[in-house]
Amino acid sequence: MIRTPVLRLGLVAVLAVGAVACGGGEEGGVPVVRWYARDEAGEVFGAAIEDCNAAAEGRYRIELVPLPANADEQREQLVRRLAAEDADIDLMNMDVPWTAEFANAGWIRPWPDDRVEAATEGRLATSVETATYDDTLYGIPLNANAQLLWYRSDLAEEAPATWDAMLAEADDLEAAGEPHVIWEQGQRYEGLVVWFTSLLASAGGTILDEEGTRVTLEPEPTRRALEVMRAYSRSPHAPPALATAQEDQGRQGWEGGDAAFMVNYGFVWPSANELAPDIAATMAWGPFPSVEPDVPSKVAIGGFNIGIGAHGDHPDLAVEAATCLAGEDNQARNATDAGLLPVTEALYDDPAVAEAEKGGTPLFPYAAAMKEALSTAVLRPRTPYYNDVSLAIISILHPTAEIDPEAAVERLRTAIAAALKGEGLL
Amino acid sequence: MSALSSRARSERKLGWMLCAPAVTVMLLVTAYPVGYALWLSLQRYDLRFPEDREFVGLRNYGAVLGNELWWQDLVNTLVITAVSVVIELVLGFALAFVMHRAIVGRGLVRSAVLVPYGIITVVAAFAWRFAFDPTTGFVNGLANVEQSWFTERWSSYLVIILAEVWKTTPFMSLLLLAGFTLVPDDVVRAARVDGASPAVRLRKVIIPLMKPAILVALLFRTLDAFRIFDTVFVMTRGAQGTENVSILGYKTLIGRLNLGLGSAVSVLIFVCVVIIAVLFVKGFGANLAQQRGEDL
Repeated sequence: MIRTPVLRLGLVAVLAVGAVACGGGEEGGVPVVRWYARDEAGEVFGAAIEDCNAAAEGRYRIELVPLPANADEQREQLVRRLAAEDADIDLMNMDVPWTAEFANAGWIRPWPDDRVEAATEGRLATSVETATYDDTLYGIPLNANAQLLWYRSDLAEEAPATWDAMLAEADDLEAAGEPHVIWEQGQRYEGLVVWFTSLLASAGGTILDEEGTRVTLEPEPTRRALEVMRAYSRSPHAPPALATAQEDQGRQGWEGGDAAFMVNYGFVWPSANELAPDIAATMAWGPFPSVEPDVPSKVAIGGFNIGIGAHGDHPDLAVEAATCLAGEDNQARNATDAGLLPVTEALYDDPAVAEAEKGGTPLFPYAAAMKEALSTAVLRPRTPYYNDVSLAIISILHPTAEIDPEAAVERLRTAIAAALKGEGLL
Repeated sequence: MSALSSRARSERKLGWMLCAPAVTVMLLVTAYPVGYALWLSLQRYDLRFPEDREFVGLRNYGAVLGNELWWQDLVNTLVITAVSVVIELVLGFALAFVMHRAIVGRGLVRSAVLVPYGIITVVAAFAWRFAFDPTTGFVNGLANVEQSWFTERWSSYLVIILAEVWKTTPFMSLLLLAGFTLVPDDVVRAARVDGASPAVRLRKVIIPLMKPAILVALLFRTLDAFRIFDTVFVMTRGAQGTENVSILGYKTLIGRLNLGLGSAVSVLIFVCVVIIAVLFVKGFGANLAQQRGEDL
């Protein structure tokens, strides 16, 4: 039937690929647990897998399936597979705001009741909350994340308490001819939701109610949060490329030396020590600036939980594997080698983590500040429609210099209400 | 028309039989997905809420057409399409002329012109994005400016359109080159003998004779440009008012997994493409048929 050799070869190739693709699940009698995750800098997950495989003593073998670096792309790949009931996903790293969506759609399994204790004991309450939906645990917290305010100790004596104070200090620095730029994330992407959530929470507001079904957006705090975004974005202290700035642009700008302040995650510390030691020597940190002078700030919590795919072949082994991967030893290594913040509270006081150094440079000197920030951290909206809510917020707030606080409160309210019904374009 | 000879009839039959396999494959790989998208677009169907699936008639279309975002994105798409196609036509015409007239190194000129078209669009888009990046790019240094290209609307459009033009002008010029071969040399020479200046020869002889090729080139490129996705996705992800209808469809289908609403967007894009094709064929006269008449 197939006449040309080329076609025949092609068919053989297609069949061979198909056969390989279908052959997963077991290798040499040992069940394979596939973990969909992005291996962080330092390939720490590879090391964790080796340790857990050794500890499993042949009962299972974990294999990493790499995901893209960008969280949006990770989600796109996961949801496509999960919606198609892909049995290949035994374990997956879930960004903290995804839990409601994945759980509600039935893409991940509830954590078995008899293993809940092991998955939550001693872990940060807020991290556990991110893995919980409808009072059910849907994953084991692997790492947390939160932003701090980084500042140059040669330019500022201490971390400014509020955004207004920070802008005033930057004014003085500019007048004195000193570096005065403040870095934030203003690109049209998820980072904008994190910024807005942190500001709104610091001003005393919320986006959704407890159940995640109704828009709250209290007018006064929302307006204040938007005013701060606008005032900073229009000030001479916002970098010219704020509208496209993500975390890494901030890090690069900071290491370039023209900035005095930066809101960013912990990865900027090892990076500056390696690439800009002069700047790193002056680097200090404090809590995310607040909105009102006498109200302490709150930040949006980030991080990853490990979830169990609903259609995987080995759910029990997957739970066991995830518990090992998110164990304390692995958390400690993730923290010291890749800068991933632990979720087990005690690790922040553990000298092996808090006082770890590499080549004389402390790896985690900001542990106490992080623990403090995480203890009061807030969650991004918890709703199965999170992705829609996030799109609605991003499209209205970007570019941040153009925000009209009065009008934007109403627009946000309308757009998020529509997003919660899954209606309309976003 | 009515009285076909038996030979003509059997030739026509053979023609149909020869293209039958291709038609069957086309039906399988295009008609089925298009039909399925139509069917999906009539339902409320969100992969995140599979149990809420229901038939809603034209409500998704109402939701899309009644939303300012769709119209905004449509305008953005049309702006990118119109500007880039016009520039491509002018540049492509010039390049085709050079390729047509090149005496030495013809092969080299043609391959050199075609190189950008051989590069994968995503790769080209990244190359342009990095080139224009204020921290890592060379453009600012070369032009001696301090510009964050993707933070403002006009400059985002400028880079997107430049990248599009750079990438697809070769395609345009290739199609126009075929058009140049339609122009018989003796006609041009006769016009010159009659005293027509180069400009007049171009306007009155060459362009009219090339009209069918120009129409095909414009039609192909307009349809392509209207469906622009990669370049914008890589450069701005739709920020700075550069979001177009394809990005909107992608966001709705892939990001939000809203198959009903997303399919409605896709079907509307398809309808726009059909409208553009019909406008071209009707609006520019019956040139395609005319060309066939000449060829036969």
